[in-house]
Amino acid sequence: MEFLLIIISAIFVNNIMLAQFLGTCPFIGVSGRLSTATGMSGAVCFVITLSTLVTYLINKYLLVPFGLTFLQTIAFILVIAALVQMVEIVLKKISPSLYQALGIFLPLITTNCAVLGVALNVVTKEFTFGGGPAHMLGLGEAVVYAFATSLGYGLAMVLFAGLREHLDLNDVPKPFRGVPIALVTVGILAMAFMGFSGIV
Amino acid sequence: MSKLSIFTKGFLKENPTFVLLLGLCPTLATTTTALNGVGMGLATLFVLVLSNIVISAIAPVVPDKVHIPVYIVVIATFVTILQFLMQAYTPGMYKSLGLFIPLIVVNCIVLGRAEAFASKNGILDSALDGLGIGLGFTVSLMVLGLVRELLGSGSVFGWKLFSGDGILVFVMAPGAFLVLGYLMVLFNKLAKKE
Amino acid sequence: MVCCLGAVCLVCAALLGGVYVLTEDAIVQTNAALLRESVGSVLPAGGTLSEALPLEVGGTPSEYYVSTADGAPAGYAVKSTVSGFGGPLVLMVGLTPEGKVYGTSVLSHAETPGLGAKCTSDAAFIDQFKGFDPAVSRLAVRKDGGDVDAITASTITSRAYALAIANAVAAFQNIKGE
Repeated sequence: MEFLLIIISAIFVNNIMLAQFLGTCPFIGVSGRLSTATGMSGAVCFVITLSTLVTYLINKYLLVPFGLTFLQTIAFILVIAALVQMVEIVLKKISPSLYQALGIFLPLITTNCAVLGVALNVVTKEFTFGGGPAHMLGLGEAVVYAFATSLGYGLAMVLFAGLREHLDLNDVPKPFRGVPIALVTVGILAMAFMGFSGIV
Repeated sequence: MSKLSIFTKGFLKENPTFVLLLGLCPTLATTTTALNGVGMGLATLFVLVLSNIVISAIAPVVPDKVHIPVYIVVIATFVTILQFLMQAYTPGMYKSLGLFIPLIVVNCIVLGRAEAFASKNGILDSALDGLGIGLGFTVSLMVLGLVRELLGSGSVFGWKLFSGDGILVFVMAPGAFLVLGYLMVLFNKLAKKE
Repeated sequence: MVCCLGAVCLVCAALLGGVYVLTEDAIVQTNAALLRESVGSVLPAGGTLSEALPLEVGGTPSEYYVSTADGAPAGYAVKSTVSGFGGPLVLMVGLTPEGKVYGTSVLSHAETPGLGAKCTSDAAFIDQFKGFDPAVSRLAVRKDGGDVDAITASTITSRAYALAIANAVAAFQNIKGE
């Protein structure tokens, strides 16, 4: 039950993109076409889940016992950068087809603040779900939260890419063309997602 | 390029928010009030200037293959120092900016300037570049914060201008996107005229 | 190449360690001052404050402080965490030795700006708890049959606020009962 609440909360209520503004740059950058948007979502999903698992363990068994939590930011970003490189190499070896689909997005992910944001969030913040007591997340909860959050990111991205493809066909006033009209559209999409607030 | 133009290009010609479209996450998330916008801008400025200086100094001796990781480590170091200082001396601001202080590490503006400017130019020029871009970013965030605070809570820098609640949606997430979108339209329109 | 990256990492880590040691004291002092301020704002002025004492509030481990004046307890400050609208809502609840509420202050929250976040600034809402006697009135919003006036359009936040105080009062009864 709790896992279900975490998933609904992370995808709809606290959508990482539309409510927390993490990962906006690549969101605006690659959401022009539906195909690139799905590719990027897949890559982000993979990296966020994996990096949260690794950084959670590093924080719990390395940084906290030795009193090094002040190195959190620097350690996490290095781990994420190394992980992204590794994923790229492994993917190239074992699944060339998946690498073809996700490969070009991987280098961009290191500087996607959604990845570092989620990793830092799960080890520093207390969470409440469905009126339960506030608590730090356990390993299982952290991984489920990370996975659901990245699904939410993918959902927002794919929805938005669909809208943008239609926008291209319309006669938009000149100063609005490109990013401004995209931002206004995301604003309206975010308003729709506000309707979910408070359900868990 | 003259020293003056290195400094001033961050305000209009290479404004990080409205022209380069970099660092949108903190731009949207922390501008619920003008004061928060200024705080976030100055925090980024601090990291930008110091990392630009250090990177321009070490760039000639860093091997090409590892230059990105080295830059990230340098930036992350200054971000963490900033975290300590803010926790010690401006705890209120640290609390209201929250997660977005450590996230300066992945702000594309900082790494972008390191890669595009500081690694190819001298220390003084890099410092000026960081200062100019940082101030340009701060001003953009302040403007965005001003508009959102005025529309959303009817006040400016915490001073209540009219009573009542204002249009709450501007303080919440959708308002951030809408205001930034419309400010960009305005910027495009004015920049075209010049 | 690897040496270079390693060297940069080492220098940076050493630098960070140094700055950490230098600012650690200041950070601890700032946090302690903030905590004292929030505890002080919910208790009668002029007592001597105890260290943090462990206490279970609302089923989760928390802490409380006792203020002593003239050898007798003058007030208790109980830290209480509940689930608000947007995330955890953490309150410091000041209680008199008789069990009345003396004052409340929000330590941290994640409520909606302009709506639930008013629980930190809406004077009419906050002041109604000053001198609130849980033995006479009920700590619940009027919609739930209690005596607390909710913040307009923020029933969930107000409910959570009242619950946090009620939990603190219940935990306080346990200390008193011992």
